[in-house]
Amino acid sequence: MFRVMRVVIGRDLLLAMRRRSDVANALLFFIIVASLFPLGVGPEPNLLRTIAPGVIWVAALLASMLALGRMFASDYADGTLEQMLLASAPLGWIVVGKAIAHWLVSGLPLVVLAPVLALQFDLATDALVVMMVSLVLGTPSLTLIGAIGAALTLGVRGSGVLTSLLVLPLYVPVLIMGTGAVDAAAGGVTVQAHLLLLAAFLVFAGAFAPWAAAAALRISLD
Amino acid sequence: MLEVSDLGCVRGERTLFGGLEFTLEPGTLLRVAGRNGSGKTSLLRILCGLALPARGEVRWRGEPIRALREEFHRQLVYIGHAPAVKDDLTARENLEIACALGGAPVDGGTAASALDRVGLREHAGLPARFLSQGQRRRVSLARLAAAGDSRLWILDEPFTALDTIAIGVVQEMIAGHLDAGGAVIFTSHQEVAVATVSVFTIELGG
Repeated sequence: MFRVMRVVIGRDLLLAMRRRSDVANALLFFIIVASLFPLGVGPEPNLLRTIAPGVIWVAALLASMLALGRMFASDYADGTLEQMLLASAPLGWIVVGKAIAHWLVSGLPLVVLAPVLALQFDLATDALVVMMVSLVLGTPSLTLIGAIGAALTLGVRGSGVLTSLLVLPLYVPVLIMGTGAVDAAAGGVTVQAHLLLLAAFLVFAGAFAPWAAAAALRISLD
Repeated sequence: MLEVSDLGCVRGERTLFGGLEFTLEPGTLLRVAGRNGSGKTSLLRILCGLALPARGEVRWRGEPIRALREEFHRQLVYIGHAPAVKDDLTARENLEIACALGGAPVDGGTAASALDRVGLREHAGLPARFLSQGQRRRVSLARLAAAGDSRLWILDEPFTALDTIAIGVVQEMIAGHLDAGGAVIFTSHQEVAVATVSVFTIELGG
């Protein structure tokens, strides 16, 4: 079971390595969206500091949604997804493997890039640390929830827009708790509650989303 | 081994087939024939559990395949319409990953000899993007040569896009598998002669 999962993770990382431009596109999107706001609202430091958590989180949200299309669509197109449905390990575990690989190439880089973007907003150091922790806890949830949407819309025309309509409302709790944590840190209040809620949400998503996505994949391929 | 009872398939409003019954014993070769659109691929997808039948049930050694799932998958090799070959991976990586997913990981030597068997020795390290249609087909068929102890092969049009030499190799592999007590179900438009055994044919769609 874990062997098959490792194979899937290794395979998807290898594929991402061979197709670096796809990965880079979503990251560039993240950087550009987050950079548009300082240019748009002007160089007022207090205002920038106030909007920073929201802007960076929303940009991360959109970037991770943009990357969802890669998750199953190409495997669906060339028939390898069928083989995964007929694999010797439960489909849920394969989805877990794919989600882990997907987060490593599209979620983790967002966490690493966040401090660079935070510079533009003059975010304080302790708020920045909380921002990164909240992203580490939050972005895997985004990937897991997004997997359900990506699986449901496989093979549907205009699936990109449909996925966003399905998935964005479900991202709202993560967004609220993530930005809430950074706001709390900036205001000097304890951030524990927000981060614990984010962690709880991740545990919840990790336990249920892969099985829901697996069921959705079976329906899509029927 | 594989028992099919009262199987029916409906696509949209149209009934493709109904009341299909057969039992597949070890060492048998079953050919599914029929016109285009008569439900050959649908039948194969139902038999391996990718699609749900409208009626009836497929059982593997007495147990419904829906309940067995992974246990059944370990003994099954399905090669579908799409070659299931990743463009960005080499022929060899494709084969190794396909085998590992199927639950029968292969070492380097087995993979190399399997690719050699289907005539891809020189192309083993080439990304599949540079392979022709027939060569991609061979990459997926190389899985048969490395299939280990799988019992049931379900092959959807295995001979399309292959040249006569490759068709001969696939026929040999099928014959070897049947001799070893396996079973094969395949669809094909042409009559295919596999020397050792008689071929049972199901004709779909009158």
